[in-house]
Parts: sequence; structure tokens; C-alpha cells
Amino acid sequence: MSLPDAALTHLRQVLRAPEPPADRYKIREPIGHGGMGTVYRASDRTLGREVALKVLRADVAGEDAAIRLEREARILARLEHPGIVPVHDVGTLADGRVYYVMKLVRGERLHDFARGVSRADALRVLQRVCETVGFAHAQGVVHRDLKPSNIMVGGFGEVLVLDWGIARIRGTPDGGGDEAAAPTLGAPSIAAPGEADTAPGVVLGTPGFMAPEQARGDAGQIDARTDVYALGAILRAVAGAGSANQPVPRPLAAIWNRALSPDPGGRYGSAAELAADITRFLDGAPVAAYRENIAERAGRVFRKYQVAIILVLTYLAVRLLFLAMRGL
Amino acid sequence: MNKPLLGLVLGGALGALDGLTALISAPEVKPEIMGIVVGSTGKGLVAGIVIGFISRKVNNLTIGIGAGIVIAALLALPIALAVDPATGKRYFWEIMIPGSIVGLIVGYATQKFGQPAPQRS
Repeated sequence: MSLPDAALTHLRQVLRAPEPPADRYKIREPIGHGGMGTVYRASDRTLGREVALKVLRADVAGEDAAIRLEREARILARLEHPGIVPVHDVGTLADGRVYYVMKLVRGERLHDFARGVSRADALRVLQRVCETVGFAHAQGVVHRDLKPSNIMVGGFGEVLVLDWGIARIRGTPDGGGDEAAAPTLGAPSIAAPGEADTAPGVVLGTPGFMAPEQARGDAGQIDARTDVYALGAILRAVAGAGSANQPVPRPLAAIWNRALSPDPGGRYGSAAELAADITRFLDGAPVAAYRENIAERAGRVFRKYQVAIILVLTYLAVRLLFLAMRGL
Repeated sequence: MNKPLLGLVLGGALGALDGLTALISAPEVKPEIMGIVVGSTGKGLVAGIVIGFISRKVNNLTIGIGAGIVIAALLALPIALAVDPATGKRYFWEIMIPGSIVGLIVGYATQKFGQPAPQRS
């Protein structure tokens, strides 16, 4: 007896779908795929809410991958910030695969969001991304895979940095001997020597958004400035895109050029510094990355205060008009 | 700078300047210029602080501008209606229009550049 194609397809899907603890989560459809795992929309029966459940893909499941996913969940759990998806639960499926449950985020990826908004709005989103990444850096965590598709903009204006799967904690074995600066992150299972972390020479990340030291696999050089490079690449991709009719202001280009310096020493020291320069640009203030000439400064001041300047000129024009009328 | 303080400073400064411009638009008032400048500055200070307080209460640019124009016009009205004893003339529009523009500027500036009051929890 042979089964119809539709039935076979359904059976394959059922077999591929993870089986989380039956009393708690009901798996719905897959909503995202990564290098290591698949994210499913799921229902949390206990709390009566929709969640996202990330589980290791069957073809990559193994001890190292399991440790990585568990580590990602622990990193996320420690990074309590409005810009980082909260983790609700971690567990193991009946087949031994590790999964974790997080808030279900609805929204658009940054590259899609940026197409429909002004440059200023896109920059405001990036400002918040920088602040989130700056927070992670302050906790000793380097993301290492920042790119527009890893940034989600929610329908209510929330901005979330996703996919911390290859994040690195300063002071771990691949961490370039930064032990003195390593923060106390508590759980030894995150940072304990011998865990599956990136070995020297292994390249993880996304071309186009990867800093040169990361592309070389130079683990010892990777720090917060590696993420600053990626943020610069995102800035260029998002704020420089669609600019055929709208030339890119030089100070803005200078900001991403500084962030994209091949030498980490030439970049902003932190994501917070980059955020501060983006804020200055948005506020019409001079940016640290660009030295403007007098004409540019005058133009910037005029753009910033143009309404007030026009009002004062109107006032003077009215005064002169009355003076002229006296002569009639 | 908070909104009432910005309104006060801006209202005073623009009021003084507004008084001084009488030397350009009506040079015959030169003998009374001190009184005009003091009166105009006082009017600007009062208008500025009132506009500043309104701007603090209502965070809305249009309302801020409208309030600025109305308050400045109301304060200028008695002076605009008065007849200059020296010349026997009434400078109604010469006082009302620039005075209202000054109110507009103060209303705009306090909303745009003044620091809003901290939110109470």
C-alpha cells in the first residue's frame, strides 16, 4: 500500500517537528532558521500565551551544538534589557536536543523596515541597537553576528537585537586573554574552560558585516570594537541605502567610515560612543567623526534653527516694512 | 533651560530689542526711548514667563505658538491703543504686529528648545 504525497509530506513534517514536553508547549509552524537551530511559534499551555521555541536542528545536533544553544540561552537570560528578547525556559527534548523558549517577537527585520521609513527614523532605530549592544558589551558580551536581519523592529516601536548564537563572553578561552577585564557573569557553565567556544582560526559571522580581525579568525583581537565595525556596516547599509535622490551628508558617512576602520584602534571605542555620534548627527550637532568647515557649520546651524531664524527675519522685515511705509 | 525660564529670558531680550527698534520705525520717539525700552522689556518678561508656563503645561507646538501670539497681543493692545502725546499719533499696527511676532517667536522657542517638566511618577 502506498501513501499519497500529501500524507507523506505531512508525516515528514511531523517527524521533523520537535516534541517538547507535551504538557507545556504545543509546536506550531517554523518561523525562522539559523545556522544551528530552527525557531518555531509555539503555545505555552501553562501560561496561555504564544512563545518562540528555538531548537537545535536534527542535522547539527551533537554535544557541541547542544552546549552552544544552552550557552546562547544563558547569555540571553543574563542580558536583561528591553532590546534583547527575554528567555523563559530551557529544556531538552525526548530525542536529546536542547531547546529554549523565548518571547515571541512580531515585527519587521531592519532591512525591510528601513525601506519604508525616513533616514532619520532608521537612524533612531540604529541608535537603540547601539545602546542595546553597548549594554551587552558592558556585561562583557560581544555579539559577533550583527546584521540587519538580526535586528527586529516591532509594531509598537520596540527594537530587538536577535540571534546571540555566536556571542562571545570576554575572558573565555577564545577571548584573547582579557581575564582581568572579564566581568563576573556568575554561572560557570557559560564561560567555563573546555566548553565548545570558537577555536582560534575558526571564522564565525557574516561576510559584509564582519570586522577584518573576525574574518581572519583572530579570536584574540575580538572585542567590543568588532561589533562596532558591524554596526558601522549596518549603518552604511541602512542609512546609505536608497540615497539616489538624497545625498548622504558627509558627517553621516564619516560616522560609518570611522566605525568601519580596518584597524580596531581607528574605530569608536564602544557602541555607546557610536550611538552618541548618531545622536549628535540627529540633533544637528557636530559629530566627533567629522571636522566641518565654516560653511558647513553655518549650514548645519541654519538647518537646526531655520524656523527660529525665519521668524526673526520676518520680524525684522515687518519693522523695515513699517519704516518704508512711513516714507510713502 | 526649563520652559518658563527660557520664556522669561527670551521675552525680556526680545522685548528690549523690540523697544529699541522703535528708533528705526519711529525715530521721532527718540526722547522717550528709555521709557519705551523699559516698558517693552517688562511686557516681554511678563509675556515670556506666562508663555513659558503654558508651554510647560501643554506640550504642543501649535498651542504654544497660539498662546504666544495671543498673550503678546493682549499685552501690547493697551499700548497700541494709546495715543502718543508727543506726536498725537496712534501706532496701532506698528506695535501690534511686531509685538505679536515676538510672542510667536517666544511661543515657538519655548516649545521647541525648552526642557519639558520632568514626568511625575
